[in-house]
Amino acid sequence: MVSKDPVCFYLVEPKTGVVREKGHSLEGKSVAGKVLIFPTGKASSAVQMDGLVKLLLNKKAPSAMIVCDVEPVLVGTAVLTKIPLVDRLEKEPFETIHDGDVVKVDADKGLVRINKA
Amino acid sequence: MHLTREHEQTLNGEFGAGQQAALELLVAIGEAFDAENMIPIKRAHAASSGQEGDLYFVEILAKGRAHCKVITTTNPIADFDYFQKVINIADEHEEASVAWRTKNYYKQIGAVMSQSCIPYLAENIPEYGEHVAFSESSATPYVNSVIGGLTNRESIQTALAAGVIGETPEFGLHLKENRRGTALVKVQTNLKDGFSYSLLGQYVGKKLGSGIPVFVGIPERPTIDQYINLCAMMNVTGAVPMFHIPGITVEAKTEAEAFGGNTPQDTIVVTDRELRGTSQELQTTTGPADTVILGCPHYNLDQLSELANMLKGKKIKDGMSFWVNTSATTKLLAERTGYIAMIEESGAHVITDTCIDMFCWNNLRGKTGMTDSPKCAYYRRFGPVKVGTMQECVEAST
Repeated sequence: MVSKDPVCFYLVEPKTGVVREKGHSLEGKSVAGKVLIFPTGKASSAVQMDGLVKLLLNKKAPSAMIVCDVEPVLVGTAVLTKIPLVDRLEKEPFETIHDGDVVKVDADKGLVRINKA
Repeated sequence: MHLTREHEQTLNGEFGAGQQAALELLVAIGEAFDAENMIPIKRAHAASSGQEGDLYFVEILAKGRAHCKVITTTNPIADFDYFQKVINIADEHEEASVAWRTKNYYKQIGAVMSQSCIPYLAENIPEYGEHVAFSESSATPYVNSVIGGLTNRESIQTALAAGVIGETPEFGLHLKENRRGTALVKVQTNLKDGFSYSLLGQYVGKKLGSGIPVFVGIPERPTIDQYINLCAMMNVTGAVPMFHIPGITVEAKTEAEAFGGNTPQDTIVVTDRELRGTSQELQTTTGPADTVILGCPHYNLDQLSELANMLKGKKIKDGMSFWVNTSATTKLLAERTGYIAMIEESGAHVITDTCIDMFCWNNLRGKTGMTDSPKCAYYRRFGPVKVGTMQECVEAST
């Protein structure tokens, strides 16, 4: 699932994984189990972790994250929730990955495999 | 990363499971950002939210017998003593319990219970050139830009971990070369009050996403509450850990110095039209407000003074409520100076130690709220929202 807007996991319904942030490009869509591609995290220093932990507790968290820019709030959250997070891909993620593609993310190996939809 | 013998011992759990978890997180961050070393810090601020993510990590530290090595202040959660008189806390048992337990774990690890989201004004003041770990997304840019302390855009957990270890990985804004501007913001509008700065922050955060803006066209030094609003709102819509106002903020006397040889990656122009558009986007209703909530971030003394003078001789309308959030230290001074009496005489309530994103506001669900803070609007617990200046909030409710 590709988002052109930065993502804050707090304005996502914990029980469904549905983004409820008004005006967001993913509004109304569920991130549960998805490999999420987005430019960067945003918003407070608390809510990424709070948001992702709530999603994890409800088994609605994304399965992996691919971003263009990392900042420590998102990285810290990925480390603690053990949700794979990758950046600095050789190919520009927004050009190579589209909604519906099946993506395999191996953060340990630093490898992202895409099966086009 | 180059780790010392003591680091290795810590990672092996020889100083307890709490320190182990803290250093594991810091080293993981360091490796993600290609840091070579850990460096000592003087102080930390943990943006304690009192919610699940916060509880998860502070519990690990507390149960693992970790203790803060440097002063580690905390954010507001909820003033239980106050709210138990105002709401039925049992109605919000699940969330209240998470908040309560989180607060207690913070006490257990020796954090300073400042319960303020403006700690850089009173409870925890960095020096120019001091390496610190300040989370609270509105505090990070204030420390970096207005004070000239050096901090990365910490999460609660990395700031807490840094407080417990007394160190942080040396990357990002701890290195001078990373503190230069990356975007030019041309301000072509009159930033006359705190609210204008909130709109400016909201707009710039959205346009930039992330980066270090350099503001030109700001003719005079912003007031502290104007800085606070700018810092807060840039981090609602974006992730902006630092900025420059050449000749005013501390690390750049000129535009050239602010960019330090970098070519701006973006140029943003802000006129009346952009601010008006931003303001319009914030409104979700034109109907009348049921409640007013101010103080996100916490009002400082100047804002309480301003509000006191606006509310003087006025009464909050029947059926409406009016809430003002501030820190305990600010309220103490405001009480001694007479502002609190002036505000509360109107029927408004000034509360401390509380965040707008807390269970104690859940009874406002469905009600229309008005605020001067786009951040409060973004995280609100009430229903439809109107956003306007402090003056407009007072006019709507008196």
